Amino acid sequence: MGVNMTKVRGQGMAAINYPTGMNLGGDPSQALIHASTTGNFIISLSSTDLGQGLKTVIAQIGAETLGVPFDTVIIDTADTDTGPHCMGTFASRATHRVGNAVMMAANEAKKALLDVAADELEASPDDLELDGNGSIVVKGVPDRSISVIDTALAAHFKHGKTIAGRGIYMKPKSKVDPLTGEMDPDSTEAHACTVAEVEVDTETGEVKVLSLKSAYEVGQQVNPALVEGQIVGGALMGIGHALYETTNPYYPAIDHGPLNFSDYLMPGPAELPEMESVVLEFPSSNGPYGVKGVGEMTANCPIPAIVNAINNALGVRITTLPVTPEVVLRALEEKAAQA
Amino acid sequence: MGANVLEKAAEKKYRVVGQSVPRRDGMGHVTGTTKFVGDVHYPGMLHLKMVRSPVPHAKINGIDFSEAEKVPGFVRVLTHRDVPKNIYTILCLIGVGPDDEPVLAVDKVRYQGEPIAAILAETEEAALEAVAKVKLDLEELPAVFDVEEALKPGAPIVADTGVNYFIYEGHHCRRVRYGDVEAGFAQADFIVEETYNTKPIEHAPTETTGCVAKPEADGRVTVHTNTQALYFSLDNTALILQVPFQKLHFVGGTVGGGFGGKVDVITEPITTLAAMKTGRPVKFIYSRAEEMQVSSPRSAWRLKYKDGVMKDGRIVARQITSYADAGAYNRHTPYAVTKHAANVAGPYTIPNVHIDAHCVFTNHTPGSAFRGFGVTMASFAIELQMDKIAATVGLDPWTIRFINAYRNGDVRPHRKVAEDVTFIETMQAAAKLAGHELPEHLLAMNSWDRNGGQHD
Repeated sequence: MGVNMTKVRGQGMAAINYPTGMNLGGDPSQALIHASTTGNFIISLSSTDLGQGLKTVIAQIGAETLGVPFDTVIIDTADTDTGPHCMGTFASRATHRVGNAVMMAANEAKKALLDVAADELEASPDDLELDGNGSIVVKGVPDRSISVIDTALAAHFKHGKTIAGRGIYMKPKSKVDPLTGEMDPDSTEAHACTVAEVEVDTETGEVKVLSLKSAYEVGQQVNPALVEGQIVGGALMGIGHALYETTNPYYPAIDHGPLNFSDYLMPGPAELPEMESVVLEFPSSNGPYGVKGVGEMTANCPIPAIVNAINNALGVRITTLPVTPEVVLRALEEKAAQA
Repeated sequence: MGANVLEKAAEKKYRVVGQSVPRRDGMGHVTGTTKFVGDVHYPGMLHLKMVRSPVPHAKINGIDFSEAEKVPGFVRVLTHRDVPKNIYTILCLIGVGPDDEPVLAVDKVRYQGEPIAAILAETEEAALEAVAKVKLDLEELPAVFDVEEALKPGAPIVADTGVNYFIYEGHHCRRVRYGDVEAGFAQADFIVEETYNTKPIEHAPTETTGCVAKPEADGRVTVHTNTQALYFSLDNTALILQVPFQKLHFVGGTVGGGFGGKVDVITEPITTLAAMKTGRPVKFIYSRAEEMQVSSPRSAWRLKYKDGVMKDGRIVARQITSYADAGAYNRHTPYAVTKHAANVAGPYTIPNVHIDAHCVFTNHTPGSAFRGFGVTMASFAIELQMDKIAATVGLDPWTIRFINAYRNGDVRPHRKVAEDVTFIETMQAAAKLAGHELPEHLLAMNSWDRNGGQHD
């Protein structure tokens, strides 16, 4: 028997929805914005960045709404003495909730900015627009303009006015009907579909994920590179959940619990499959610029796609996680016993 | 309508939304210059380490600190008597109760690793040495680890409520009732049943959970923490310590990976208390071993599906009985089970659905929030079950999902009208990417118009 005779391949798919922006408890978030005399706008929050890039995407949303350069929007977070209330960064809610609050605050600040610019330019605020490069121009008359920093200086030193805005986003708390389960627990639905290819060694029980090809529909992307980061990172988490990870290997027994990363196996570079994804953008009805959110969902589709691919490869029906070599070999033994 | 949405999306002109601008803190993260909570140091700072239960269920008959107190650098010990409101539950802030979890164990421990006493010392080494010298007099109790065993009469009781399940407005589980599931089964050509099981999983953040609390000259306390939710942590800490909210100042903002594990409020209350009791800054950061075995994992789930399916592949009834292993205390699991109940029937439109989702207490480490809160393991079970249904009725895995796909305007089992749905379009895009040729009638379907495609 040749070495490769023990390796079989299979394909599996899975498709999921993910409800983003949980709101059973109401879960509001606030944002404050003010223009400083440096020409910057400071967005004050108490929201945390978990490494997913929240501070960057919130600055993008603020800059878009204000109509000012991205580099001039500063995020000041997270401090309970300076930042207004945020429920927190969880439930795929931050870009959706905090983004909406920032848009509201930015619109108020923009109105204050344009009012001062209108005085300086002797024009109506309705005739002004931000050019995205740091200037406020009279529509159709490009040489009648004033910079954002000059407007901020004029507001403070000449007009005695503030340029600031307040924003909040809250979807009212959803009560759950205890008899029927009627509830409105989320804000919008994102979607994913993954096709997985695996190779299983029937001699050792080891599974190798060869490829993951996925489509994600996450509403408007604020930052496609950060969305891709979530998709790739989530796929690795999915591989780990599908094949390796648990804190109780003999669950429900509690013995042999891993205490470090040599005992707690996670996928590393050697386990990285070929990965390809497409992102669809169907705007949500209630997110900032049509955002839905992609934070939590990216492990959810690879997990069942990988296990379906294993079952397809072996002609078995494994129904537990993680699918360790022991699980694979026991399933093959059971299949042989039934034959 | 579907086409209109696409056109609208194509027309939009944004300047910076939709652009891959470099993330601002990325360079700091990869060059090791970003400041995390572990980098916060103050002169005179004490270190806190926990005395933990070595067994999963026991009565505490006594604790002897005499040898620990002799360790050079030992400062003091904190027990449950020092904690003003020792029994709490995190989600009391949004009305979830009852309070059930002690900050420090009182007369019992209910999971292996449960904190019993906090040792404060001048150095981390001294704190660890003192912890090792604490003598515990424990009387082991029978423990229960399996969710269904825990619900049987005569099982060891974990929770102080006297029952091993969370009570949802008088009910032993979170219920969803939609249509008539028995009528659906009677009508079905096939009944497809399966049980799915998962195990607890670690969040595995790069940065372990922790905080530093520093008493300020004005009588307030500043707490540097890597919580995912600053106000959740501040509010719970104030309630546990019975101090006015305005006396606390929480600072965070950059976290080295959360994945839900840092929505718990475990390190801040005891560390803030330690700072207030000693008048000195105190640091408490989990070791990797604590992060893996003591901090909340993703709960293990057991999900039982029974589906009634017609020969043409339509699912006409779905009954689900699911069990989340909450471990010894509430934390976020009661809430996860509710979100789970709204999603465990899947992105499929089924006329008759019956769901009993249980939040079960066992002698495991308490589970809590984890990326995909109540949904990740539901998606796992649903999507394996769809393959089993496809095999049973003799259809391919794609067709079975298209036939049953939910669409805009459909009513879901929790009676929410579906909106922002693009499930069909997402599957079409994935098939194209993977080079899987879908038949014309599936390619003709869309999420807005049931007249397109085969199933109407």
